Amino acid sequence: MDLTLSREQEMARGLFREFAEREVKPLAQQIDEEERFPRETVEKMARLGFLGIPIPREYGGQGCDELTYLLCVEELAKVCATTAVLLSAHVSLACGTILKHGTEVQKQRFLVPLAKGEKLGAFALTEPNAGTDASAQQTRAVLDGDDYVIDGSKIFITNGKEADIYIVFAMTDRSKGTKGITAFIVEKGTPGFTFGSKEKKMGIRGSSTYEICFSGCRVPKENRLGDEGKGFGIAMQALDGGRMGIAAQATGIAAGALDRTIAYVKQRRQFGKPLSKFQNTQFQIAEMATRVQAAELLVFKAAQAKQTQKRYSVEASMAKMFASATAVDVTARCVQLHGGYGYTREYEVERMMRDAKVTEIYEGTSEVQKMVVAGALL
Amino acid sequence: MNIIVCIKQVPDTTEVRIDPKTGTLVREGVPSIMNPDDKAGLEAALRLKDALGAHVTALTMGPPQAETVLREAMAMGADAAVLVTDRAFGGADTIATSTTLAAAIRTMDFDLIITGRQAIDGDTAQVGPQVAEFLKIPSVAYAEGIQLEEGGKSLLVHRRFEDRSHVVRVKLPCLVTALSELNAPRYMTPGGIFEAWREREIRVLKRADLPELRDDEIGLKGSPTRVAKSFPKAMKPAGTVKAGLSADEAADEITSCLQAHFVL
Amino acid sequence: MESMNNEKTGGVFTFAEQVDGELSKVSLELVGKARELAGGLGTSVTAILPCAEMGNMARELVESGADRVIVIAHPSLGDYATEPYAHAVASVIRREHPEILLYGATSIGRDLAPRISARVRTGLTADCTSLEIDPETKALRMTRPAFGGNLMATIVSPNHRPQMATVRPGVMQALVPEKGRAGTIETFDPGFTKGALDVEILEIVRRAADTSDIGSADIIVAGGRGVGSREKFALLEELAGVLGGTVAASRPCVEAGWVEPSRQVGQTGRTVRPKVYFAIGISGAIQHLAGMEGSGLIIAVNNDETAPIFSVADLGIVGDLNEVIPRLIQKVRAAKAG
Repeated sequence: MDLTLSREQEMARGLFREFAEREVKPLAQQIDEEERFPRETVEKMARLGFLGIPIPREYGGQGCDELTYLLCVEELAKVCATTAVLLSAHVSLACGTILKHGTEVQKQRFLVPLAKGEKLGAFALTEPNAGTDASAQQTRAVLDGDDYVIDGSKIFITNGKEADIYIVFAMTDRSKGTKGITAFIVEKGTPGFTFGSKEKKMGIRGSSTYEICFSGCRVPKENRLGDEGKGFGIAMQALDGGRMGIAAQATGIAAGALDRTIAYVKQRRQFGKPLSKFQNTQFQIAEMATRVQAAELLVFKAAQAKQTQKRYSVEASMAKMFASATAVDVTARCVQLHGGYGYTREYEVERMMRDAKVTEIYEGTSEVQKMVVAGALL
Repeated sequence: MNIIVCIKQVPDTTEVRIDPKTGTLVREGVPSIMNPDDKAGLEAALRLKDALGAHVTALTMGPPQAETVLREAMAMGADAAVLVTDRAFGGADTIATSTTLAAAIRTMDFDLIITGRQAIDGDTAQVGPQVAEFLKIPSVAYAEGIQLEEGGKSLLVHRRFEDRSHVVRVKLPCLVTALSELNAPRYMTPGGIFEAWREREIRVLKRADLPELRDDEIGLKGSPTRVAKSFPKAMKPAGTVKAGLSADEAADEITSCLQAHFVL
Repeated sequence: MESMNNEKTGGVFTFAEQVDGELSKVSLELVGKARELAGGLGTSVTAILPCAEMGNMARELVESGADRVIVIAHPSLGDYATEPYAHAVASVIRREHPEILLYGATSIGRDLAPRISARVRTGLTADCTSLEIDPETKALRMTRPAFGGNLMATIVSPNHRPQMATVRPGVMQALVPEKGRAGTIETFDPGFTKGALDVEILEIVRRAADTSDIGSADIIVAGGRGVGSREKFALLEELAGVLGGTVAASRPCVEAGWVEPSRQVGQTGRTVRPKVYFAIGISGAIQHLAGMEGSGLIIAVNNDETAPIFSVADLGIVGDLNEVIPRLIQKVRAAKAG
């Protein structure tokens, strides 16, 4: 079994790392402090094709593979979790869903500009009363002539106010439960589509997380993604992909915090010697490095499954569950090794610890991931 | 217009460390990169291509794994790549290297050759001017600006010296050596990387492909210079801290320290 | 290709570089070093001086140690251009068969020397910091930094003459000029014709050395909280000015508004690796050290002898910067003038 990256994946990883260090890292603290969406970074990534890495060339993408895209998310997350998640939501949730379920016309019209980076994508499933229980959707879509009329609201939407193209889930037949959910492609600017309040978050504070609202929003019939009633399945498949993106993001956050901590403990001296000479430090670093590598290997495994298997829910859930726990654990330990300095905003581990927590929550909490894994086994 | 860009794969010397116990160079885990000045040269060529439609060929000499920098050049936008590689070329100093490169270039069409000013592993800045001499074409070192003149027969080059720049006109064909300050090289694209590895060919030139070269002008045998020995730079001694000096003594102390380090 | 062997040799030669009709400092340093090497070989020192007009330059070379100066005066040799210079120096090599030929490792020397090494097909060692004659073989041992300065290499050119090297400016010592020192000054005309290798100089743009960016500065004079005020940074500016360096600061000075943010060194500022880093009134908090530890030579001045900066300093002065720095400025000025 070969666990090494191919030469092209290795070179692409080098590209992502260089881009992250040079273009993304200098902004990371600032966008966190100012809670500002890094639009300039999105534009740079768009020019370089980062917004369509795993999408085939005929749809405006780069024609690379899933793992190469996940390496991009991971490298970005090493320096800025906000930048990583905006890419993950755009690629895994928006592009990936249209690629898998869209008609040829929808792909040409929506996927091509998304993959080229001319437009940004978002995914709107969660509602105030439909979080982990996504089946409790209250947003409605009613066919009226050639349009569906959508009413309701969605919360915690990543790329909320910044996206141009939204995948929106709504009930077309409440009597059928999850089999009554349908997916739609809604463009920004559609009358009746507005933005609610911005969330004030603990971490990934540069990410644009908004409530989005629909009030008599008319969406043409040809924007329906898949058949009526197939929305829940589409959402769950999208989340399988999205969870791999978050697993890569979590792995990156942990790896980034570990890198900084290794540098710090070699430099910081207490009791007349560098922290790195204390056995506690050495054991902590060894444990963290092992966990980070294990998380990365689960991401690789999931990426391989997505490339070769029809279903990969278990692999995606395992990767996300483990990687997000690793991110939370490793960043907290890194702050501890930094001591008082680690609690200040001058050191990035402080931000990384705040950023890490959300990876255990969004795109399915860790508890949901356990349900998925257990469901496959029992 | 045909442009050849000479590039070199080098260890990232900012990552090179000396083993404090053995005093030897630690090259393990040191990434190999495209030499920065060469990358600026490639970018300059690609900008001429973007503006005028030139055909850009990346050329390198090195071990087989130097293929990587050629793939990188193609992922940035080079149209073709040539790898000069053979055990017979190994151990070459700058003269033997430029002799070999010049022979390889004679097998190709060119109007302009761009090299980096110098490689960060050797820092000699010799290969560019030497290649030009062997090809009997003019060279302009230290370009911080390159423009093709109207008519396409000559270049205007801003050539940097310590305290001044010369604006010079040089007729094609010629060779220009590029400074990193010339431009900010573009990034590769992920799709470009995949295409470069999966769909593009590299032309390989071996010893037998360059029959006009004599054995006594290539490789170690054809190198006028020899490394007699190499050794780590003397380790930095622990610093000295002086207290209780008068201001005058303190200033003297600093001045002689600066003189000892050739700052004064 | 023309191969030079060492049957017929003619001593130690230097390339005398002039800019605007004045010798570069390194030209005199080379003559000084060449004297020492010629002593070891029992031979003489010859300087090659391509120029538009020799003026007083040939005399200067003799007074600084040259036994002989070969002047090649031609209008095309006023401002440096590769081809006429290469032609001039290569013609001297073919006529004189030097044993050794040294150039300054300046922009001019580093362009000219490789062109000539290819023309006469001989070895060339770049950026030497040490040159010595092997007592047994009489070969020139040329030592230079490699791998970004991490390693030193000693190079020899066993079978090719001249043995050529470019030499870092400021490393070799020029001799104290001896007024009226004897030496021959001769002119040589290799003949100049315009050819395909010529390059036309259209314009020369002079510029002041740019020291504004702390990331690329060779010398940084950094101040910390101990400097005390925005006004007192003028003292650091003055020191930086006489040394040709630039001013930087630690975070407290930037936050106090004494210095602009682009000049902050440290964890939340820039990481710098200048050849010389002065830490003046900087205690050396770990965040600051992270940004400057890689500097070549670190000189710290602080009145607190327990300041952590002293643990990374090559030279630490415990003292009042307000007294030490003004004296230092005077002494640096004096050293530069002398």
